[in-house]
Amino acid sequence: MTLALTALALPFLAFVLQALVPPLRRSGRGAAAVSIVCVGGSLAAAARLWLAPLGAPLVRRWEWIPADGGPLVTVGIYLDPTAQAMLVLVTLVAFLVQLYSLSYLREEPAPALGRYYTYQSLFAFSMLGLVLAPNFVEMFIFWELVGLCSYLLIGFWYERPAAARAAVKAFWTTRLGDVGFVIGIVLLWRATGTFDFEALFGLAEAGRLPAGLALTMFLIYLGAVGKSAQFPLHVWLPDAMEGPTPVSALIHAATMVAAGVFMVTRAFPLFAVVPEVLTIMAWVGAFTALLAATMACVENDIKRVLAYSTVSQLGYMMAAAGAAAPSAAFFHLLTHGVFKALLFLAAGAAIHAVGSSDIRQMGRLFGALPQTGIVFLIGTLALSGVWPFAGFFSKEAVLSAVWDGHLVGPFLMLALTALLTAAYMFRVVFVAFFGADRAGGHPHDAPPLMAIPLWVLGFLTVAIGVRVAVAGGETHHPRGWLTALSLGLAGAGIAVAFVTYQWRVISPAALARALRPFDWMARRRYGIDGAYAGIYRGIILGFAWLIGWIDRYVVDGLLNALSAGTLSAGDLLRRIQNGRAQDYVYGVACGLLALLVASQIWR
Amino acid sequence: MTPVPVLSIITWAPFGGALLIMFTARHRPLAVRLIAAVSTGISTACSLWIFFTYDRDAAGFQFYEKLSLVPPLGIAYELGVDGMSLLMVLLTSVIILAGVFASWTLTVRSQEFYALLLALVTGVYGVFVSLDLFILFLFYELAVLPMYLLIGIWGSTAEVRPRGIFAWAYRATGVGTKEYAAMKLTLYLLFGSAFILVGIFALYVNGGNASFSFLEAEAAGFDPIVQRWVFLAFYVGFGILAGIWPLHTWSPDGHASAPTAVSMLHAGVLMKLGAYGVVRLGIGLLPDGAIEWAFLVGTIACINIVYGALAAMAQTDLKYVIAYSSVSHMGFVMLGAATLTEPGLDGSVFQMFAHGIMTGLFFALVGLVYEKAHSREIFRMGGFGRTMPGIATAFTIAGLSSLGLPATAGFVGEFLTFLGAWRSAHPWWLVPAVAGTLLTAVYILRVTRQIFWGPESREFHRLSDASGPEWVALAILSFVLVVFGMLPAVAVGPVDTAVVPLLLRLIR
Repeated sequence: MTLALTALALPFLAFVLQALVPPLRRSGRGAAAVSIVCVGGSLAAAARLWLAPLGAPLVRRWEWIPADGGPLVTVGIYLDPTAQAMLVLVTLVAFLVQLYSLSYLREEPAPALGRYYTYQSLFAFSMLGLVLAPNFVEMFIFWELVGLCSYLLIGFWYERPAAARAAVKAFWTTRLGDVGFVIGIVLLWRATGTFDFEALFGLAEAGRLPAGLALTMFLIYLGAVGKSAQFPLHVWLPDAMEGPTPVSALIHAATMVAAGVFMVTRAFPLFAVVPEVLTIMAWVGAFTALLAATMACVENDIKRVLAYSTVSQLGYMMAAAGAAAPSAAFFHLLTHGVFKALLFLAAGAAIHAVGSSDIRQMGRLFGALPQTGIVFLIGTLALSGVWPFAGFFSKEAVLSAVWDGHLVGPFLMLALTALLTAAYMFRVVFVAFFGADRAGGHPHDAPPLMAIPLWVLGFLTVAIGVRVAVAGGETHHPRGWLTALSLGLAGAGIAVAFVTYQWRVISPAALARALRPFDWMARRRYGIDGAYAGIYRGIILGFAWLIGWIDRYVVDGLLNALSAGTLSAGDLLRRIQNGRAQDYVYGVACGLLALLVASQIWR
Repeated sequence: MTPVPVLSIITWAPFGGALLIMFTARHRPLAVRLIAAVSTGISTACSLWIFFTYDRDAAGFQFYEKLSLVPPLGIAYELGVDGMSLLMVLLTSVIILAGVFASWTLTVRSQEFYALLLALVTGVYGVFVSLDLFILFLFYELAVLPMYLLIGIWGSTAEVRPRGIFAWAYRATGVGTKEYAAMKLTLYLLFGSAFILVGIFALYVNGGNASFSFLEAEAAGFDPIVQRWVFLAFYVGFGILAGIWPLHTWSPDGHASAPTAVSMLHAGVLMKLGAYGVVRLGIGLLPDGAIEWAFLVGTIACINIVYGALAAMAQTDLKYVIAYSSVSHMGFVMLGAATLTEPGLDGSVFQMFAHGIMTGLFFALVGLVYEKAHSREIFRMGGFGRTMPGIATAFTIAGLSSLGLPATAGFVGEFLTFLGAWRSAHPWWLVPAVAGTLLTAVYILRVTRQIFWGPESREFHRLSDASGPEWVALAILSFVLVVFGMLPAVAVGPVDTAVVPLLLRLIR
């Protein structure tokens, strides 16, 4: 308990120091040191915690919002094995990313660097808070803070219009999902009278959850759709590449997008009672996986390829959760967290060396950057699902779960995605690291501060895989044909990439021509981004303009008309008082006459 | 009975400051500011003191003072605070203290400006602490009237093009000028106070014990027919000040034309007088009327939320954006009240506080940006984050609170309102309310991005960040916003002690 609190409190301490002591923040490296030391402490605490076996979940609560007859909302800590594992992943990736950033961003001015580390500390704190949250409200609080930090870090280079746009887009899109999330939380509270996971799980276990939770849980799931970039709210993630590369590594591996999957895993006992929602989750997940994989195939920006691969892998996780196998989803979340961080950091090293993120401007990097090349290859093999790397086992677990769930459609989509994944990842490898064309300049391997995190992650990617291969994980129940199938798919994908981009027996252009409709649509991102832009510009802003006009010229216009009417009525009455006694007498006479007549009529 | 009349001190210290300024500080601008800072500082210190010494277990009205003024008519100078007014007093103190610092650089006739500002604040405090309806009304008028001079003399002018079928009226009334804004605001609010006065007299006549005392009126209980119409009168009368749709149009013009400190005070505190009036006098004294009209109040509040947010999105003048965001946020306040549930009312009062602080911060920032850039046109600005990082940070904090981000005060108020809405008789209110937060995110982030992010606009030169006393205002307000967002129990605790008895009267 103390360790968990320590892990949570250290990044917060770093954040408070950096936020409230401007000289420290402006010193840049000083702020970085504080951040790294604190998150390193967190990592140590998390690792220590992970080694200690845990019986029942540890729960501790404090009052946050009081109400008559007991607190309405509490804050606290809920520690179970899932949270333990997640703590290690988050602190590890955050620590390595912060270390790596020190070198990657060394040319930033000191105040900007300080700002960067301030956001990083807050980010680590928020994600740890989310992982440890004991109830939906606290989870939502940290959930939003994670979104805020992503917004701030994606927009870190706020002077670039593209970064500013991407940051805002990320915030808006995830916020759209959060509308569902928050309504879902309120509905759930009304139905069960509590936000607390322990209480809710207790109800679920006892089968005393009220009926008709499908809509509620669907709304809560919408939150995950936004955060974990599921179709149709996946649009923000590829654009989020506008942030510095280490930030992408953090967002894609352990924080932002992981939050959605983590939430579904955490609240799974509640999702388990609503099979309708699970089915939707599986189909949407599988569809997202396939859709993103096709878009990754036509992308030339190395970071965007990785971004689409993240969307795609998140689809896998959600599909597994939808197939009622949260453990498979969580396992894939963990392994993916490690090798995706690895891939992004390695890509960052390549970009750093070449000065561009376009794979067509890279080439034969393997010779110039052997270290980066090796770790990138490790990551790629893991992502493609090649034995015995970590990704193989988790992906197989997902496929196996989906098959067991009798979800044939999603299974086929995921299988096809596996093939595409290997193809597009090896396309990057062949074009950027082995291709014939050579970019100008003399790219060189990353400095040690960047290389160490790469090797650590590379080692872990292999080690996790080997450990599962040797010992057999709890989620790994080998099934001969499935193993063969997934290895075959990965092999086929690699082969396609090899013959097209390395051996060049088939020209990429011919391949594109053969699949023209898909190619055409994928390059335009299936028009989804455009549709959002159209809705935003046309409908929301248009409607806003209309309301603004109505308010100014109709609602307020009526008032002004009334006021102008009063003024001119006063003006008219003023004219009667012209100062001539005859007119007044005439008026009095008329009035008298009118009164007399009136009195005669209404006697 | 407390030995020290602390509520009187809070209320009258600014007035004393105003007198002192008028009689002693002619042509001494620094003395003016120091007197203003000290007198509001006294009020702030005392309000902090009562906030933290208020006995939450005992609840009810504390720090009670009573002085009979006109015994035959039952008019007495009767003061007291419960958990709800306690928070409002604290809000007033924070805003006026920040406001004094925010207008530190004012140059034109600062003596009169500060004197009027302080007199106005006495009125505001008076409304929050009065337990006598007659005195409350007097304070209410004192709070509303100096506004006319403050906007008419120190205000600024915006351009409004006459369009639409009522274009002729725009030329006749001079829409956009500060005189127009001042007149519109004053007439509107006086129109509202006529309803309030009628309502108060109706209660006096029907109460049967010839007293204006709030406590006696609370104990009396009124005939349902009386309740129905008096509640409506209070709702319209106070509601105008709270910016209810469609009687809100004084507020964007008024807030946009007013000088910085006045906008802060007006949007931050005066609009809360309206909402406070509806909750305290409307719901507190007329429970049956409140139940009867809840549907109307809540539905109009929902319109406020969505309509205000969309109208804010359509604006190109920064001050109008913030002014319309107030219209939208006051919708949350009224919605929370209309839910007539414990979380809803807690949320309503908390939102009054949160919105007061956040909008005060917003107007302080807009004032600073205007002072540096001499422009309020959003789409001419750009990239200010580089030259004014402090202002950009504070603006982001205010904006995040505005869009209801957790860990800022805005979230707590809105979330409680959501809970209340779904528990109320009309659960669908939840949907427009949540949609409102999404729309708020759209316009706030859009404005933030346009002004502070992106490449620097070439039109502006030598922009600088906030400095000196200006920081005090920003720091106080940002700090309060974050602290109350992280530790909402500090405020919700006392408010809840006031809300629960109120609700018990409802279901009686």
